[in-house]
Amino acid sequence: MADGGAATLPRMDAPGGASLKRFARRRSTIAFLMTLPLIAVIGGLVVWPAGYAIHLATLNRRMTSFIGLGNFEILLESETFRMVIFQSVFFAITAVILKAAIGFWLAHMLHHIPANGQRKWRGMLLVPWVIPPALSTLGWWWMFEPTYSSINWILNIFAIPSVPWLGEPWWARISVIIVNVWYGAPFFMIMYLAALKSVPEQLYEAAAIDGATSWQRLRYVTLPMMRNIISITVLFSLIVTFANYDIVRVLTNGGPRDLTHVFASYAFQVGILAGNIPRGAAVSLFMFPILAIIAFFVLRGVNRRNKEEA
Amino acid sequence: MSATTAPAQQGIYHKAGSLRSERRWALWTAYLSLIVSAIIMLAPPVYMLLTSLKTSAEVADQSGSPWWVSNPTLENYWALLGNRMFIDFFLNSAKVTIAVVALTMVISVLAAFALGRMRFWGSQALATGVFLTYLVPDTLLFIPLYQIVGGLGLLDNAWGLVLVYPTLTVPFCTWIMIGYFASIPKELDEAALIDGANWMQMLWKIFIPVALPGIIAATIFAFTVSWAAFVYPTAFITTPSEMPMTIGVVSQLIRGDTFAWGQLMAGALLAALPPVVIYAFLMDYYIAGLTAGATKG
Repeated sequence: MADGGAATLPRMDAPGGASLKRFARRRSTIAFLMTLPLIAVIGGLVVWPAGYAIHLATLNRRMTSFIGLGNFEILLESETFRMVIFQSVFFAITAVILKAAIGFWLAHMLHHIPANGQRKWRGMLLVPWVIPPALSTLGWWWMFEPTYSSINWILNIFAIPSVPWLGEPWWARISVIIVNVWYGAPFFMIMYLAALKSVPEQLYEAAAIDGATSWQRLRYVTLPMMRNIISITVLFSLIVTFANYDIVRVLTNGGPRDLTHVFASYAFQVGILAGNIPRGAAVSLFMFPILAIIAFFVLRGVNRRNKEEA
Repeated sequence: MSATTAPAQQGIYHKAGSLRSERRWALWTAYLSLIVSAIIMLAPPVYMLLTSLKTSAEVADQSGSPWWVSNPTLENYWALLGNRMFIDFFLNSAKVTIAVVALTMVISVLAAFALGRMRFWGSQALATGVFLTYLVPDTLLFIPLYQIVGGLGLLDNAWGLVLVYPTLTVPFCTWIMIGYFASIPKELDEAALIDGANWMQMLWKIFIPVALPGIIAATIFAFTVSWAAFVYPTAFITTPSEMPMTIGVVSQLIRGDTFAWGQLMAGALLAALPPVVIYAFLMDYYIAGLTAGATKG
């Protein structure tokens, strides 16, 4: 019986092997056809435009002749654009640090309260993330409005003088950061809460037996366990914040005196509104090296995380 | 002997007591922080709602508290719903969003299945490429896309948006669908292959039903992103009748120096309603989609 089975196997195997090979060949063809739309989207709408942007940035205003790095030189010499670089970097770094800190704090607080109440609080705190930012920024704009500012009204109750939210450059910068932090902190909270829930309870028990204080538990158990997710979210948010457009457009539109422009809003102003497409493309390309560096670190973090899980 | 144990015991009791009070304090701090942050997080939408219920006269009247409505009225909402232009914004948004969501889900489910399950030459590199594409922001692409869409004659046309929105939705949806498909045990497809199913049947009869929560999460993501998209419509659309909600409310309801604040806030709230309603009813899927990108990837 056993011998018979062993004897029939090789005979079965020969045609099976050939059809398997054919099958594999067919499989890769099918798979390629299934990914074709994706390749079309990535190639036609991301890779090709990105290359085209580089080409555009080397043309003169009328797009008739090649001027090399001329647009970049002109931009770097202009005072306004140097302000844009400063504002973009300042805005992205400050906003991301605040979002990460507030998100981390809220995730911890949410993790502390009894589990049956968490859903309700989480649901309320995520609302800013759900409303399209262009629309919620309209609400903030109205709250910052100089004559009717409802925030100033509250400040006045506590005998704090009214703040010229959008009228004075530094306050305008702070306003943009406030709105961005309000919008983005809930995202960090959700990510960190998910990460906190995945830290095994035994680690905390072991730490408690060793007599760890709550600070030590945070420092030596929670943070090492969450290190990867923290770095991925921070880097990801850095990209999104760096490239932000809606909040600046609605809240200040670059004003007062072009001092709150970030790369995206300035590229829009120069490229679309003023009609200088090549220079606008050059402005937005300034984002590229910074984003590439961040993307490199994100990818490394993701790979490391995959290896840990494998 | 007793002299040495007494302080030690006291120490233990002291420690236990401090632990309990520490817990209580932690709980109080937690609730206090949550209450304060919930007030801050919800204040802008609540204030928008309050303003939208006021008449222009009441908005302009500065004698009372701005955080109170004395004569609530729905006239701002009725005015908007009777406004042909506003209805057009809504229809444009709905049209573009539905088309983009359908397109995105077809593209990304097919691609994720192929990349996750049918390993082929270059599939690994392509999966990494998908993730990298997700990191490319729309503000980097809108100027070349403006030229490309213009070259196709689709500027100022809502269908032009259907062409470019997939750059926002497809990479992330493919990415999370790869993660969801990867979590389906290999035994299932082996069983299907033995039963003689072909790849399309396998995808349709096994993978899509089993990964349905992931598909819902990805659909919600595609929907919210297309609905909230702002950069592309701002750049490509200048005719009010082709504008979707976001840019329509921001650019068309603001006219001149005297703002109809009540109507503007009502418009913003109505425009924000669809994603908020979806969030309210499908919160768990929404959050699953949000966290899947980082935890599965």
